[in-house]
Amino acid sequence: MNWLRKAGSEPLWKEEFSVHSADERYVTRRQLTKFLVLTSLGMFVGNLWILFRSIFHKAPVYPEQVVAQVGEIPLRGVKLFAYPTTEDHCILVRTGLDEYVAYSQKCTHLSCAVYYSQQTDRLECPCHEGFFSVRDGSVLQGPPPRPLPRVVLERRGGQLVATSMQG
Amino acid sequence: MFGLEFYIDPSRCIGCRSCLQACEECETHRGKSMINFDYIERRNSIRSAAYVCWHCDEPTCAQVCPADAIKKGEDGIVHSSLKPRCIACNNCVVACPFGIPKMMEPEQQMMKCDMCYDRTSVGKRPMCATVCPSQALAYVRPEEIAYRREKPVNTFYFGNQKITTKVYMMAPAEREAITLDVADYIWEEQDELVAEGW
Repeated sequence: MNWLRKAGSEPLWKEEFSVHSADERYVTRRQLTKFLVLTSLGMFVGNLWILFRSIFHKAPVYPEQVVAQVGEIPLRGVKLFAYPTTEDHCILVRTGLDEYVAYSQKCTHLSCAVYYSQQTDRLECPCHEGFFSVRDGSVLQGPPPRPLPRVVLERRGGQLVATSMQG
Repeated sequence: MFGLEFYIDPSRCIGCRSCLQACEECETHRGKSMINFDYIERRNSIRSAAYVCWHCDEPTCAQVCPADAIKKGEDGIVHSSLKPRCIACNNCVVACPFGIPKMMEPEQQMMKCDMCYDRTSVGKRPMCATVCPSQALAYVRPEEIAYRREKPVNTFYFGNQKITTKVYMMAPAEREAITLDVADYIWEEQDELVAEGW
């Protein structure tokens, strides 16, 4: 910020980190104005960026992927898979004879892997005791701020196919 | 402040160490003595010197502090480092030309003479000056010190660094400033200098 300063004045560090305790609390009008202008400019640029990003935002394209065979896992059993990329771990739960649900395994709190608890019939995150409903992935208890992203499943013959992600 | 100034005259010091004991009893740094006390050329002489912080107008210790922990108050007192900020880096200890700041290892904090701030800020005399029997450390009015043969000086030259201070040093009458070259005082084998030792 040297171009904003008068030539020949004290070095910036001496001004900003004054050894005098009285100067520490003192804010000049010029400092406050500079702060207000620069933060407003930052807010404006940030908002523009968000605006342009939302204008040019495209809906992500999800691949189709065979996740499991029907009847492959037992009732209230679990199968782990990766979708949409090999880095995104997901969990498939057979909740009824003919009902399957799948969620991202990444807890929405701090990204620990959630697991399915047969005793309590819910998805549990062991790190900070976050609990999710196995019906719709909503938060039942604990620190997670959002429900688990759901993998949309489609049944094609004897196969369960993941088609997209929700949330 | 209250018309009193601090005067240091090492030629009057008799080495009784009263100031060190009294300093420990001050409320601002109870149990820790902030007096710097040296024996000078101990092998050849009985000279000693007790001194406090000079409270420079532009304190070098504060200027070199990377954590902005050392502050000079409006009344000219340079305080001990602020505990939440001090990172115990020893920069001030090394930089101070007078060798005043002390690193308190157990607390990991630099502490220094703050001229007994709870006393001098209300017009009382610092602990060391109240007990010094020869008034080598004196906290008096300027007109009282004018009776002495030596004259107060508060300008120092350390090599090229000019320092003006709040505390006065008593110097021979004709001297305007005290000039020191630190290289002259670096320890050599034939000139043994024992500091802080019993």
